[in-house]
Amino acid sequence: MTNVLRRREAGIALALLIVIGVTTAVQPGFLLSTGGWRDLLLTPAILVVLAVGQAVVVITRNVDLSVGSVLGLTAYLTGRLFLEAPDLPIVVVTLAAVVTGTLLGLVNGAIVAFARVPALVITLGTLYVYRGVTLTWAGSDRIDAGDMPRTFLGLGTRQVLGIPVLTIVAAVVLAAVGYYMYTSRGGRQLYAIGSDPDAAALQGLPVRRRLLGAFALGGALAGLAGVMFAARYGTVSSGAGTGMELQVVGAVVVGGVAIFGGSGTVAGAALGAMLLLTINRALPVVGIPDFWQRAVVGALIIGAIALDRVLANRRARRLAAERDTGPTDGADGRPGDGADGRPGDSEDVTA
Amino acid sequence: MPNAAPTLRLEGVAKSFGAVAALRSGTLVVQPGTIHALVGENGAGKSTLVKIVGGVHRRDAGVVELDGEPVDFSGPAEAKAAGVAVIHQEPASFPDLTVTENIFLGREPLGSLRRIDRRAMRAGARDLFRELGVDLDPDRPAEGLSIADQQIVEIAKAISLDARLLVMDEPTAALSAVEVRRLFAVARGLRDAGRAVVFISHRLDEVADLCDTVTVMRDGEHVSTDAVTDVTPDELVRRMVGRDVAELYPKVPSTPGEVVLRVEGLESTGTFHDVSFDVRAGEIVGLAGLVGAGRSEIARAVFGVDRYDAGRVVVGGRVLRPGDPAAAIAAGLALVPEDRRLQGLVTESSVGRNVSSVSRRRLARLGILLPDAEARLARDWSGRLEVKAGALDAPATTMSGGNQQKVVLAKWLATGPTVLIVDEPTRGIDVGTKAEVHRLLSSLAAEGLAVLMISSELPEVLGMADRVLVVREGRIVAELDRAEATPEAVMSAATPGATPGATPGATPGATEGAA
Repeated sequence: MTNVLRRREAGIALALLIVIGVTTAVQPGFLLSTGGWRDLLLTPAILVVLAVGQAVVVITRNVDLSVGSVLGLTAYLTGRLFLEAPDLPIVVVTLAAVVTGTLLGLVNGAIVAFARVPALVITLGTLYVYRGVTLTWAGSDRIDAGDMPRTFLGLGTRQVLGIPVLTIVAAVVLAAVGYYMYTSRGGRQLYAIGSDPDAAALQGLPVRRRLLGAFALGGALAGLAGVMFAARYGTVSSGAGTGMELQVVGAVVVGGVAIFGGSGTVAGAALGAMLLLTINRALPVVGIPDFWQRAVVGALIIGAIALDRVLANRRARRLAAERDTGPTDGADGRPGDGADGRPGDSEDVTA
Repeated sequence: MPNAAPTLRLEGVAKSFGAVAALRSGTLVVQPGTIHALVGENGAGKSTLVKIVGGVHRRDAGVVELDGEPVDFSGPAEAKAAGVAVIHQEPASFPDLTVTENIFLGREPLGSLRRIDRRAMRAGARDLFRELGVDLDPDRPAEGLSIADQQIVEIAKAISLDARLLVMDEPTAALSAVEVRRLFAVARGLRDAGRAVVFISHRLDEVADLCDTVTVMRDGEHVSTDAVTDVTPDELVRRMVGRDVAELYPKVPSTPGEVVLRVEGLESTGTFHDVSFDVRAGEIVGLAGLVGAGRSEIARAVFGVDRYDAGRVVVGGRVLRPGDPAAAIAAGLALVPEDRRLQGLVTESSVGRNVSSVSRRRLARLGILLPDAEARLARDWSGRLEVKAGALDAPATTMSGGNQQKVVLAKWLATGPTVLIVDEPTRGIDVGTKAEVHRLLSSLAAEGLAVLMISSELPEVLGMADRVLVVREGRIVAELDRAEATPEAVMSAATPGATPGATPGATPGATEGAA
């Protein structure tokens, strides 16, 4: 299984390289300039962080549509904290945003895990509720670059060894969550829950606790993304992050995380996020009109789902064929089908 | 094991689901170092008892003790932690995870930094498969495993738990003879190591072969417990079924008319083979057999829900197109399915909508469904079946199981069928409504409807049917008239190896000798 998935991630990476290659051929500055290199790494950073969180939720056969609103709320919170208390250390502000995001995620998780209402509906509701909170709080105010410390805004553009800080943050998040999902018991249980929720309950897995954890993580990462948003763009209005939830879900799907849960990796989701945003930037460069840019992204999402379907069908066929022929050795003296022979014998007697 | 407390002791354990008592008084004492068989008809309460021991259900009353300590599990995790491993009847595996991950889920061997030690885990799976003597790739996904292989994964999981009590609910139903023998070797190994094993099976030859003690259950109650050597299989069958077939089954005698449904040589690879039978107008034909024998599959194929590989279905002289339920309905067939919630009802819709749902086309004028016609139809049938619903526009979910079943019946009767197929018509409904459903079926047959009834409840089949067809492992192995159809006759035809001599070659061992 891991082999197939690895191939899937390799496929997305390859697509990403092709997009970069073609665009660079048309306009070398896309990659081969200091600005081009930086944009390539920096632009997807926020979406990657969101996609990693979303992937964990989707793997459990759920979805979190409220992440855009959580990002907006925590981004505004970040700016507001700096405005009210300019001397607060950046770490404290970041922590406040992450904790807020976690709490908002926990609200989603608690409703989904305990009320057993589909996550799609719940998080669609909290999408509006969280956005409403931000709107009420911010009104028509907005946070400007001048309201936030220079050092903080510097993080949005600064580079270490040629790599933007925000990209490093995203990479660390990806590595940590990916490591957890692959090597820990809890991570494997998240896959199991998404694979068959009823069986998970029958096995005695702590389903509720795991779901709470998944949504809390998704919320925490959305909170972190809010801080990154504030640092990167310098201005935060009450509409920050609007519509981002759909971009994230798109990235996760393109990245090979099955929308019905149970399979896919956070690395794939991160690559999906990079691919989507890089294509977004590449299409105008190669001269494709506005309308078609959106269509291409849409086609990519549909294509990814179609590919999933084809791969799943092919795998199911292969496994079914294996079942018919049976294992190659070790079946010493298996009496044919066993079940077929017996009634055949007895029928002669009773009939 | 002198003076040692029994590993498992249940006394007077009861469990009801709504108005239905699945288990009235479960009593079972399992000593360490023994294999204890639990036998009984379908619906005798065995699986409910197992689920209580395994922490899936919580008992309403009674005592459960493990090694003398009273326990009350709130979930499967607690039961597992207390050393109880259960192999449930339906294996529950995670298709996206590998076979190895399925076995060790939640208790994977950990290396440094609490990370899963995949190498150790894979080696563990290999060892388990070697012990069971099966050849399964530990790295393949569980998706697409055959039922037998899924069962083996479940068994491997249970063994690896190293539990003090291992409960197996019909583990051999899908296994081949070789696999069964290996499973038995493992079970005996566990017994010799002082563990207790509870073994549920319909194959009484297996019970005699493997077990030390046997407990019989019937109607949710304990009947008897004996050493296996003290009872004959025939005696066990008698205890499993023997009871009063009282006025629950108001069968009205009827004179069968023309053949309206004829099934000829129906064949579906791996499911059923060479199935042929007739049903005549005014006749109730019972389809008896064990769960998994293929009865529902035959019914679904006849109705056209499932495809079949060979054979044909003739209704009223016309050959039905395979795999076309709409054609079957048009020809006068109706199927009341096994699971009314999943397959029979739109539970959120109103009673009226449900009743009229199949008859829509007939009710519509110029493509528009006339509300009056719909309401009239619903009223007529609900009245005739005495559906107790607050109002016809109440959603079906608000009704009891018995009334839901009546709505499903009304829905199909409203289509004016000539042949009615009912699959488990009274499962999960209370005794009173059961009798009503029986009365209805009986009077419908008296009016000339042909009824094919599938039921796992033997008394129901015997009490209602004019003729009984016994299905075993996908074949019709016996056809019994109402007079011939005694519980013993049906059970021994349905159960492989129940009556020695009557069905030579029916035991796994004999098949192997011949092969």
